[in-house]
Amino acid sequence: MKAAEFDYVRVASVEAACRALAEAGGDGKILAGGQTLVPMLAMRLLRPTLLVDVNRVASLQVIVAGGGEIVIGAGTRQSDALADEIVRRDLPLLAKALGFVGHVQTRNRGTVGGSIANADPAAEIALAALALDCEIVAQSVRGVRTIPIARFFQGAMTTALAADECLVELHFPAAPSGGGRGCGFHEVASRHSDFALAAAAVQLALDGEGACRSVAIAVGGVGGAPLRIDAATERLRGTTLAAEDLAAAAAIVREVVEPASDLHASADYRRRVAGALVERALLDARSEALAGRN
Amino acid sequence: MSQHEITFTVNGESQSATVAARLTLVDFLRDALRLTGTHAGCEHGVCGACSVLLDGVPVRSCLTLAVQADGSEIVTVEGLAPEPGTLGILQDSFWETHALQCGFCTSGMLIASHALLAANASPTEDEIREAIGGNLCRCTGYKQIVDAIALAAERLRGSNLPAKEAADDER
Ligand code: FES
Ligand code: FES
Repeated sequence: MKAAEFDYVRVASVEAACRALAEAGGDGKILAGGQTLVPMLAMRLLRPTLLVDVNRVASLQVIVAGGGEIVIGAGTRQSDALADEIVRRDLPLLAKALGFVGHVQTRNRGTVGGSIANADPAAEIALAALALDCEIVAQSVRGVRTIPIARFFQGAMTTALAADECLVELHFPAAPSGGGRGCGFHEVASRHSDFALAAAAVQLALDGEGACRSVAIAVGGVGGAPLRIDAATERLRGTTLAAEDLAAAAAIVREVVEPASDLHASADYRRRVAGALVERALLDARSEALAGRN
Repeated sequence: MSQHEITFTVNGESQSATVAARLTLVDFLRDALRLTGTHAGCEHGVCGACSVLLDGVPVRSCLTLAVQADGSEIVTVEGLAPEPGTLGILQDSFWETHALQCGFCTSGMLIASHALLAANASPTEDEIREAIGGNLCRCTGYKQIVDAIALAAERLRGSNLPAKEAADDER
């Protein structure tokens, strides 16, 4: 299995990457970790004329916190993000999700932004980013723009990025402050580190009485793109997340998702599992929040 | 298709070459350098047979272009042995616990477990399984491989002790 021919250029800055993409006129591709792109080239599912290697663009590999947000450079290796203090402290949901991504060898190369740009419907990073309501900064020779993640995923492997745009940064709002915060991430996959048949990500905050102040719920693997379940969020806000509240949220999830059947799992299975995983993720998040409250 | 001059270190030796953009690192190692210890299995990132250390961390060499390795340090399975024709402690443990049958996965398993033991001298069984989770073996059922890595960890810990303590430890 060998890739078709292409040209390659290594760039040292985002600006240079954008110029190279512009010159390639839509047939260029950013090469970051290459953990999805290179197999697609080998299988000849993609035939770009130019690869623009951004692996040595230092500005793409930073993680900084400040001003109520955490900024992760799109080229940050998944293994670096997983080990990062800021991510572990301020983005615990992303840290949990990263533990499910690929293997040691692929995390050592694969990037946080690459996974989002690739937009696999079952990818964990994209799911966590959606639950956390991150903003995506993209750059091209035409300028820089910010895309809310809710508008970023347009279907399986399809995003709002234009062919000449380079994903630059991910801006995550800092997790709700004060005690009483918790998160949960659950998935079912045929093997640990495979893409999920269904996955759920939850982040919430409780007030002093143990009532739910805020909650975000998203599911993955059950449609063309990861999906926020805002109706379930509505149902849970203000409740103490008692068993019947969680069951009601799970029922909403089962109603809202529109999974497809494939070789790996039937639509019905995915629907039931998505509901159950949301319930489990909520339970985890609640116990974390209760433990942290005191 | 663009051609590129690259220079990198493989198992401590500097190597220079001109490579086509699409050439993968595994093909370069095997075909140009004749370092055939690194195996090409699936060639699309699934099996882990092609694992090498790139600047100290394990990566899949079928998913890395040779041109991307420019300026970096590569260690292949050949670089794990103390010298040609001998076995290191980890390799010897694989031999002793029968951790290989056909041997196709072995170079990747050795690279993955070498990286694990370099970072964690006393891995738990779960940590061992996690470390080789990206490496497929079609023969052994993994049990003996996990045993081999645990045995190597134990021996490597002992090898840092003065001779007497090491002997006590054995008992
Ligand atoms: S040959 Fe590289 S992962 Fe299979
Ligand atoms: S020993 Fe044959 S594949 Fe592992």
